[in-house]
Amino acid sequence: MSNTKTNAAEERANEREREGRQERENAAELGAAGSQLSTAPREEALATLPAMGVIGWVRWFWRQLTSMRVALILLFLLSLGAIPGSLIPQNSVDELKVQTFKEAHTTVTPIYEKLQFFDVYSSVWFSAIYILLFISLIGCIVPRTGQFVGQLRSRPPGAPKRLTRLPAYTTWRTDAEPEQVREVALAMMRKRRFRAHVDGDAVAAEKGYLREAGNLVFHIALIVMLVAFATGQLFKSEGGKLIVQGDGFSNTLTQYDDFKSGSLYDTDSLAPFSFTLDKFVGTYERKGPQIGTPRKYEAHITYSEGAYGKPKKAVIKVNEPLVVDGSKVYLIGHGYAPVVSVKDGRGKEVYKAAVPLLPIDSNVTSTGAIKVMDGYKDGTGKRDQLGFQAFFVPTFAGNGKGTMFSQFPAADFPVLALNGYHGSLGVDSGLPQNVYQLNTSKMEAFKDSKGDKLKQRLLPGETMKLPDGAGSITFEGIEQWASFQISQQPASGWALTGAIGAIAGLAGSLFIQRRRVWVRAVRGADGVTVVEMAGLGRSESAKLPEELADLAVTLHDMAPTAPDDASAEALSEEPAEGAEK
Amino acid sequence: MNLAAATNENLAHTSNVLIYSSMAVYTLAFFAHIAEWVFGSRSKVGRTAAALTGDGAAASSAKIRVQVAQKGGATAVLDRPKIITRSAAGSRDVPDGPGAAGGTFKGDLYGRIAVSMTVVAFLVQASGVIARAMSVQRAPWGNMYEFSITFSTVAVAAYLILMALKKNVRWMGLLLVTTVLLDLGIATTVLYTSSDQLVPALHSYWLWIHVSTAIICGAVFYIGAVATLLYLFRDSYESKLANGTEPGSFAQSVLSRLPAAATLDKFSYRINAAVFPLWTFTIIAGAIWAGDAWGRYWGWDPKEVWSFITWVAYACYLHARATAGWKGRKAAYLALIAFGCWLFNYYGVNIFVTGKHSYAGV
Ligand code: HEM
Repeated sequence: MSNTKTNAAEERANEREREGRQERENAAELGAAGSQLSTAPREEALATLPAMGVIGWVRWFWRQLTSMRVALILLFLLSLGAIPGSLIPQNSVDELKVQTFKEAHTTVTPIYEKLQFFDVYSSVWFSAIYILLFISLIGCIVPRTGQFVGQLRSRPPGAPKRLTRLPAYTTWRTDAEPEQVREVALAMMRKRRFRAHVDGDAVAAEKGYLREAGNLVFHIALIVMLVAFATGQLFKSEGGKLIVQGDGFSNTLTQYDDFKSGSLYDTDSLAPFSFTLDKFVGTYERKGPQIGTPRKYEAHITYSEGAYGKPKKAVIKVNEPLVVDGSKVYLIGHGYAPVVSVKDGRGKEVYKAAVPLLPIDSNVTSTGAIKVMDGYKDGTGKRDQLGFQAFFVPTFAGNGKGTMFSQFPAADFPVLALNGYHGSLGVDSGLPQNVYQLNTSKMEAFKDSKGDKLKQRLLPGETMKLPDGAGSITFEGIEQWASFQISQQPASGWALTGAIGAIAGLAGSLFIQRRRVWVRAVRGADGVTVVEMAGLGRSESAKLPEELADLAVTLHDMAPTAPDDASAEALSEEPAEGAEK
Repeated sequence: MNLAAATNENLAHTSNVLIYSSMAVYTLAFFAHIAEWVFGSRSKVGRTAAALTGDGAAASSAKIRVQVAQKGGATAVLDRPKIITRSAAGSRDVPDGPGAAGGTFKGDLYGRIAVSMTVVAFLVQASGVIARAMSVQRAPWGNMYEFSITFSTVAVAAYLILMALKKNVRWMGLLLVTTVLLDLGIATTVLYTSSDQLVPALHSYWLWIHVSTAIICGAVFYIGAVATLLYLFRDSYESKLANGTEPGSFAQSVLSRLPAAATLDKFSYRINAAVFPLWTFTIIAGAIWAGDAWGRYWGWDPKEVWSFITWVAYACYLHARATAGWKGRKAAYLALIAFGCWLFNYYGVNIFVTGKHSYAGV
């Protein structure tokens, strides 16, 4: 059993060696004619170690890096390296998810952190792979471009000695003079847009240079895309802003709720513009299994460009951002902002605002906090602060239905549930505070008459009274809010240009065949002209024999087979005697 | 409004009926293909063909073959030049197998029936997809169910188009029909989603462009992968013959009837190379859409990552073909890995990984 295996392995090794030898023999036989059908670098065995000396090593390293084999390995590593980032949460995509993951997987987290698995695409090792790949790419493109230009300047190589050795071959004998045949052949090849010339006793022609050009364009386009992408990452800015209907925003750093930017970003480059959210429209599926699925989101806005631009109206939809002065304004979310008013112990209205609440499910059940900081005095006339935890459902299930979660995303049966606290909101502590959460550590809950926490569900227009004459809070109505992302990503035009170049180059590289055709015409020993035609393409080209046949038929019409002879003989294994000079 | 809704319900129902009917006809095609292979295996021609291939491999010194004159005129054929082709150095000079029917009359008859059934099933299935599109009044690829039924329709269309172009592809009929049945089975049982409209994020003409090319790429890559897989089997069968080892009886019967390894290899290369630019375009179209929908054209979302991985894997394959020492089997493994990445991107990412692409109820 093991014996046969070794035999098979040996056999395979032998076969490979045979193939290699054959390839070399072939190359030797075809000489210059067979060379340079592509500018792909020649493979050198990895085993050839360099001569001593730093320069020797550097040259060796450079040659390895720019070889096809190493390019292949780097490409493979690139795809392998991209995998962890799709399976492990990424900081660049969702920091919250990363946090949750870290809490749930305490054993692997330190390892993952060491390996930068939470930032795969900006990690040292991933960057190393693609930077090496692109150095290899540049090291590959430069010499190939030079070589290609050289090929364009020089003429197609002359015919090899024995045309019979070529992948496609044909021959016949004709009464036409050899010079005449060559002349006609040259004209025919040129008409078919081959680059052709007469070289000795044969016409040499070549076509399909666009393949090589396309391939070079493709690889160069990859570099353009990478540089554009990197520029975009370094200079980008991205900020979020939540706006309640009727409110406005102007594009300065202080107005953003959150703001991220690339490491080379300069905040002075924020485009000057402003806009107001006039209305948000959201509609939802009302029946069927996908009930509640959003159908339409539209933010109707009025914006003005520059500091004093004329106001213009626009609608921003999910797939249709507003483009102002190089910045794009995207609609990314929406929710409800109940309007509440608070009266203090003296009956004076001390607070009235639309309070944006954050949705926690797809039916827009929302939570948030209402904070009354200034001007409030309790029943005894003492200064105090109020805080309410708010829970809002746009469509209430109904009393006694057991659930306080929303049944539908539209505001069909809106209910606001509140519970109240008084004391210190802790906003002066200097620590940043989440506006949607209430810090109750220094606050005391209001109690109802039974001594339980004060809680109430309010319909629009209803009021919750606070105990001990501490005032009241009224649910006045509902506004909607929309959140926007405002981003600037320079060089995306370059990325698109690179992408289009890549596709065009690729199409040229993969759909165009580069091939050579030779036509030899010489006088045979018996005085009759022998025509030989042969074609050489890359091994994948199936069209070559067909094209050669086509050319042969055309040429044959102008130099028909000599009447007498058995032309079948010419097809025997060896070409006609006269063909060999 | 209600009337329109009722029409849509009816159309959706019609679509379901059509998809089930196409499954029934594909099943008939499946059995006809089985009959084709069975009758083919009984043929003498089949067995002698196997022996012949062995001879061909052994006598590889005779490298020159005479091909039929390509443009034979009506006048005496001898007057026209004939083209002699010579296979590339290092490749075995093995002729293609006779096909599933093994040259038997009965096998061939069943094969033809199978192909006709496939044509009928394809028409029914395509109508099902169109009815679905009309019922939802949009492109029929808003969820995995719709994606799946369109995917297999396009795969069969590609196969039938190749056949109409007189390419030698009938050998893949059985495998193709089997997987189409599998795909439809999974679609109708596991992935079924009743017809409905799209969430706002999918309201874009890029849906037409990006998703339709993605489906076409997947379907054609699939055909390339089938050819690659069969190439690997056929190649080891041929190298066994060349070494004088006796291939197993399965190989004798089935693999001997497939096209030569070199033919399969070239076929899969051409298929993969032809779709690679379209796949590149698909990813770029997706990036442009993402730029409009999510505010960045590339953000390493799982779906984006796996499209990228698939793309790089196919680029690897194309490079391998141009690199000495990587041609043949090694390149074929890369092609299969690349298709595996495509499949994972479709099923795996949708089901196991959550990202921005997960809407539309799976
Ligand atoms: C950035 C990653 C790269 C990608 C995505 C890529 C992709 C491709 C593709 C799709 C082809 C077309 C294959 C064909 O014509 O059959 C190709 C060809 C080629 N690539 Fe790359 N490539 C990359 C990097 C490189 C590097 C680093 C080198 C140099 C070492 C290189 C050298 C070549 C050569 C010589 C060809 C032409 C092969 C031939 O003539 O058949 N490529 N590449």
